[in-house]
Amino acid sequence: MNKGESVETGRKNMKLVTAIIKPFKLEDVRVALSEVGVDGMTVTEVKGFGRQKGHTELYRGAEYTVDFVPKTKIEVAVSDSITQQVIESIITAAKTGSIGDGKVFVSELSDVTRIRTGESGEQAL
Amino acid sequence: MKKLLFKLKSVLIGSLFVPGLLAAQEIDSGDTAWMITATVLVLFMTIPGLSLFYAGMVRSKNALSVMMQCFAVCCMMTVVWLIYGYSLAFGGDAAFVGNLDHLFFSGITVDAVSGTIPTSVFAIFQMTFAIITPALIVGAFAERMKFSSMLAFLVLWVTVVYAPVCHWVWGGGWLGELGVLDFAGGTVVHINAGVAGLVACIVIGKRKGYPSSPMKPNNLILTMVGAAMLWVGWFGFNAGSELAADGVAGMAMAVTQIATAGAALTWMFAEWFAHGKPSALGLVSGAVAGLVAITPASGFVGPMGALAIGIASGLGCYLSVVKLKRMFNYDDSLDVFGVHGVGGIIGAILTGVFADASLGGVGIDGSIGGQVYVQIIGVGATIIYCAIVTFILLKLVDAIFGLRVSEEDEQQGLDLVLHDEQAYNLNA
Repeated sequence: MNKGESVETGRKNMKLVTAIIKPFKLEDVRVALSEVGVDGMTVTEVKGFGRQKGHTELYRGAEYTVDFVPKTKIEVAVSDSITQQVIESIITAAKTGSIGDGKVFVSELSDVTRIRTGESGEQAL
Repeated sequence: MKKLLFKLKSVLIGSLFVPGLLAAQEIDSGDTAWMITATVLVLFMTIPGLSLFYAGMVRSKNALSVMMQCFAVCCMMTVVWLIYGYSLAFGGDAAFVGNLDHLFFSGITVDAVSGTIPTSVFAIFQMTFAIITPALIVGAFAERMKFSSMLAFLVLWVTVVYAPVCHWVWGGGWLGELGVLDFAGGTVVHINAGVAGLVACIVIGKRKGYPSSPMKPNNLILTMVGAAMLWVGWFGFNAGSELAADGVAGMAMAVTQIATAGAALTWMFAEWFAHGKPSALGLVSGAVAGLVAITPASGFVGPMGALAIGIASGLGCYLSVVKLKRMFNYDDSLDVFGVHGVGGIIGAILTGVFADASLGGVGIDGSIGGQVYVQIIGVGATIIYCAIVTFILLKLVDAIFGLRVSEEDEQQGLDLVLHDEQAYNLNA
């Protein structure tokens, strides 16, 4: 029995994969994730910065520096078995090779419950 | 020959503004059709043109407030013009201000004729000018003035600044007598609005956070659409100021188009050169600068004079908006002075130059130097009178109503605080 399994249910652990990507890559990533069997996701428009810095805007001589860059955050809850595939397909779909492509974060997900049916664990994914 | 024609023309124009005198004249259906169209075009400049132009440039929390101010000013000035505004501007030919002969549009009947058009058309055409001039001022104090005080101030302003200055130039007053050339409103409309805007933004004070915190335009699409509507409507303003459908109106149309394009390109290239990129806001700001500057000149100059006026105003207004405002650190929110004040001054003075027959204009009495001197008197008189009286009116309104909303209200935005509405309820 590895660390990923729960004693009572034998249920495998799941992962929450959070990807920050360039907004125009959202559609590519959605298609890529569908292909590896991910059939649900949450998408949020976010702002932030990493190595890519903001920009300046100029309106009739008034210059404003915008520190935060608009990005898209995708959250998908997946079972351990496909986690690696999910990460790889996000990377392949979202990569442009230039600064600002974003990051993929993976964290343990202790449980999921589908509100309508009350199912939990992988059943609810 | 040109000179003679011009003299005849000025005699004719002069008399057109004194309705009763030419009552015996016949209505010309062509002129009338054009003037009804031109009147509609000038109204179109304020609502929706100027309203959209301004609404796009403020922050989203104030977008509705500036639009509403322009719209409400349109309604308010219509009633003021009906009750006494028209009479003060066009009643009689005293030097300083009109009489009260036409209170409540008295004398403006179905049969009344003014030149070759119905007096009703003339009065409403002039009304649209009395609407756009105060509406222009709204841009200077945008995002911080109380709606009630704005209405009170602008009604007073039209009464004691616009109506007299309009009378001086077009109603048979002293500037017209002096020979000041102002075809469609360089002094009456643009310098007047620009100077009033400058005084108002200084008296009211800067927006909270200006210039350190960002105050980005919320929607430059609206601004570009508004500017395009202003451009289209301006043909009514300039070519309509001939009050007839003739050759002068045709040339006024041509020079309006040319100067506008010249100024828009000049501002665009100036910004491109100075900053490295051309901007949409710069392009349309330049277009408005050109429209403003050609206004006083439109019935007097030729096509090449128009291009020169356009280039001069594009550059002059660009510098005043980008450099001058920062140098003196006043918060003319939407650059009413920088574009209308400065553009009006450049246009009014250059009218005295390019109206000369040797430079392609219709010809002037005497030398260019002499005409420029007269133009400067017109500009100076308008600036001084407008600045002093505007200042007094603002202090008066401030003492009675207070000019500004509270700091907290300003932070929240005028749309919600003053009108219980929001411009954008995108999730509704």
